[in-house]
Amino acid sequence: MSDTNKVIDARDTFCPGPLMELITHMKQAEVGETLELLSTDEGSGNDVPEWVNKVGHELVSSEKIDGVWHIFIRKMK
Amino acid sequence: MRILIVGGGTGGTILANNLARRLASEIRSRKVKLTMLSASDKHMYQPGLLYVAFGQMTPDQLYRDQQSLLEPGIDFHVDPAEEFQLDNNKVITKSGKTHEYDMLVIATGSRIAPEQIPGMSEGADTFYSEAGAVKMFKRLREIEEGTIAVAVGVPHKCPIAPVELVFALHDYFTAKGIRDKIKIKYHYPIGRIHTIANVATWAKPEFDRMGIEYETLFNVKEVDPENKVVRSEEGTETKYDMLIAIPPHTGMEVVEKNNLGTGGWIPTDRHRLTMEGYDNVYVLGDTTNLPVSKTGSAAHFEAEVVAENIASIIKIGIPVRDYDGKVYCFIETGHDSATHAMFDYKNPPDLKPSSKPMHWFKMAYNQMYWSSVRGLL
Repeated sequence: MSDTNKVIDARDTFCPGPLMELITHMKQAEVGETLELLSTDEGSGNDVPEWVNKVGHELVSSEKIDGVWHIFIRKMK
Repeated sequence: MRILIVGGGTGGTILANNLARRLASEIRSRKVKLTMLSASDKHMYQPGLLYVAFGQMTPDQLYRDQQSLLEPGIDFHVDPAEEFQLDNNKVITKSGKTHEYDMLVIATGSRIAPEQIPGMSEGADTFYSEAGAVKMFKRLREIEEGTIAVAVGVPHKCPIAPVELVFALHDYFTAKGIRDKIKIKYHYPIGRIHTIANVATWAKPEFDRMGIEYETLFNVKEVDPENKVVRSEEGTETKYDMLIAIPPHTGMEVVEKNNLGTGGWIPTDRHRLTMEGYDNVYVLGDTTNLPVSKTGSAAHFEAEVVAENIASIIKIGIPVRDYDGKVYCFIETGHDSATHAMFDYKNPPDLKPSSKPMHWFKMAYNQMYWSSVRGLL
């Protein structure tokens, strides 16, 4: 994805975990920036979109390739 | 060979002592010079702050003189780094002194940043500082009834602390005989009650048994001390009589000021523990941007790897080990029981049953830490 501003590599980690890493980096990002989260945690396919929707950011796309979730999120506020 | 360690916390101290032993003959023959810079002449056992917040330890029990923890071959200065000139292999300190190095280790740690959340500094108690922990205990002694809300900022040091806090609150008010008058409500940033799935699965029935209320997907947006309300980014709010916050953390100011990493976290290779772009600069503990727990345990295991690699580079010209993401956590499950978990990049945490002996072992470790930080354990 060409307009991605930052890649968060949270593969093979359990604590603080991919969603916590995303929240940390989302705080540092500017509104309108798109972040790509890489995760090998099976739950990320559900719990990341759940948080993104609840807090009001935009889930651009979510795809699992060779066991790794590639989730693109745009910061909206 | 000049090795410069910036930071005298858990990671920096274990590394320095480990290196001083591995390179004892090289230091004696002056082939190696090992220097440590720290902002303080004291070393704090930070996990002890939770006990201070419940009146189980006093602050003076948490400190040792930093110099007393260090091997004799270490050249120790209380003179924090102010300027990093990584392309010139130089660090300039607050006093104006310039330290040139061949290998640099940055282990400056992290700090709480309650000021990132409007109202948190004024409205919330916290146990992440000595003054905060003492104030929190005074407040716990006073409160007789009402709602104690626990809110968790991101990122934070010691990810297990929020659940330890809740178990300790339950036991404290149960022992006081007023648990039925105190509502404990726990708020957590993601969609389960702890980031480690096994911990969340284990803690949920414990919370239910203890009558702990919880709200997930709650990221603290602001605290309104006047109306005693804490609000979330997700649009919900909780009224409280006492708010205990796990404040968000940032890296140290000196890291940000020198543009070494966004948020004060330095981009670090997850296996080699070198700073991205600099093969002669290592990063330890909270200071890294690695997606591993910000704990003394992670700093400890990382320090052992870096010590072995720096020593082997000096002795045989190449590093010998990779960091595998290893972390070990004690988990206090109240005032008389505990459990523990160990994990790394490839193996998820395997939570053991809670027991009294594990709590006693944690109590013993609170003293054994001083041997650990000397690099003896």
